[in-house]
Amino acid sequence: MNMKTQLSPKKMIEFRGVSFHINDILARAIVSGISLEIPQGETLVLLGRSGSGKTTLLKLMNGMLLPTKGEIFVQDRSTTAWDPIRLRRGIGYVIQDAGLFPHFTVAENIGLVPSLKSWEASRTAARVDEMLQLVGLAPREFSHRRPRELSGGQRQRVGVARALAADPPILLMDEPFGALDPVTRTELQREFSALARRLGKTIVFVTHDLREALLLASRIVLLEAGHIVASATPQDFLRLEHPEVRAFTASLAVNPGAPA
Amino acid sequence: MTTWSFFADHRAEILAATLDHLALVVIAMIIAILIGVPLGMFIVQRPALRTIALGIASIFQTIPSLALFGFLIPIPYIGGIGKRTATVALVLYALLPILRNTYVGLTGIDPAVLEAAEAMGMTRTQILFRVRFPLALAVILAGIRTATIITIGVATIAAAIGAGGLGTFIFRGVALVSDALILAGAIPAALLALLADVLLGLLERRLKVY
Repeated sequence: MNMKTQLSPKKMIEFRGVSFHINDILARAIVSGISLEIPQGETLVLLGRSGSGKTTLLKLMNGMLLPTKGEIFVQDRSTTAWDPIRLRRGIGYVIQDAGLFPHFTVAENIGLVPSLKSWEASRTAARVDEMLQLVGLAPREFSHRRPRELSGGQRQRVGVARALAADPPILLMDEPFGALDPVTRTELQREFSALARRLGKTIVFVTHDLREALLLASRIVLLEAGHIVASATPQDFLRLEHPEVRAFTASLAVNPGAPA
Repeated sequence: MTTWSFFADHRAEILAATLDHLALVVIAMIIAILIGVPLGMFIVQRPALRTIALGIASIFQTIPSLALFGFLIPIPYIGGIGKRTATVALVLYALLPILRNTYVGLTGIDPAVLEAAEAMGMTRTQILFRVRFPLALAVILAGIRTATIITIGVATIAAAIGAGGLGTFIFRGVALVSDALILAGAIPAALLALLADVLLGLLERRLKVY
């Protein structure tokens, strides 16, 4: 689909000495001292416990939050220099509850960013069908449904289709499969893993589930209390000695018989 | 003279008074909607104004209706005896439910939906008109429904300051101790309120498609 990735991988996103504080009297740091480079085509998984700052990093990437210190460069331009609307229309975003618009049909949900970008109706319609097929939903059957007429898994598929509709080079995903039942979750993880490899997009994926991280990541970055404490490929990650890494690998071992 | 024969003999007058009443309510409601809905949309963007706007609107709602008419009569331009004063008072009464429901409807939307809208690169105006407003419509309409029913009731009292309508029969009936006359005002007013409730209720349900 996207053959631009053949060139030497360039930086898509870069954090340079980034801190983010909540703007209150205590000025608590949510994340601090973050430096991170995300090359094109990488599937980076941000792993960490609840409250470790994963979602904050995601929102710093599309300008929904602006850094207190440091800078984030997206395609070589600082998020403070980007027009936030243009920046976000070039970045797909998928969240846990899908956040589908309940008053729109599936087709209208998926076609939203194309319509914001003033695509012609026929081009949008073709793209919507293409996206539905991509995520394994038959266009004829699903495009006219409303979100409440979908199962949780189907809703999440539509969420992914919507994020990909305008063909953004970057995809941000905030625990997209977190609210699904285990069977559906595994199914979607497998399919998404294959899809991600095929699309060649730069993907940043937030999760607190090490198993999911190992399945999807080309690199895992572990956050603890707002700091990056480890960064490694899935194979190397399991061998790291950091206590927080050990805490996560220990969480794998509690399931008897599960391959680690 | 039975109540029924009174109704039969005076049906033209009763009908005229009902239409008069309806006109008073419709005009007041249109003005209240034209003020309340945009004002509600505005205070969503300006939280500082929220308390002030909702506070003022609830003060008007708290003042007893006959007292509110009384307060308005001495005011130049909008005051005096007649329909204009009555309309102003009815608008002030209808404002709170419309304003409050518009605000509540626009702010009570699933945060995940708003987060997605923002993250997808919708501007604040696009989020307001394409996401918040359509999703709030059923709640806003519920406010309009409440306001309409209140207005139909308060409008009967407006006859006391010469605004006409069905209240004329009621006040006259009280003065003449005539049940038939009172009912000639009370029954159509009650039917109007019930009808408005049912029709707007149906519309409200239809708008809640999701």
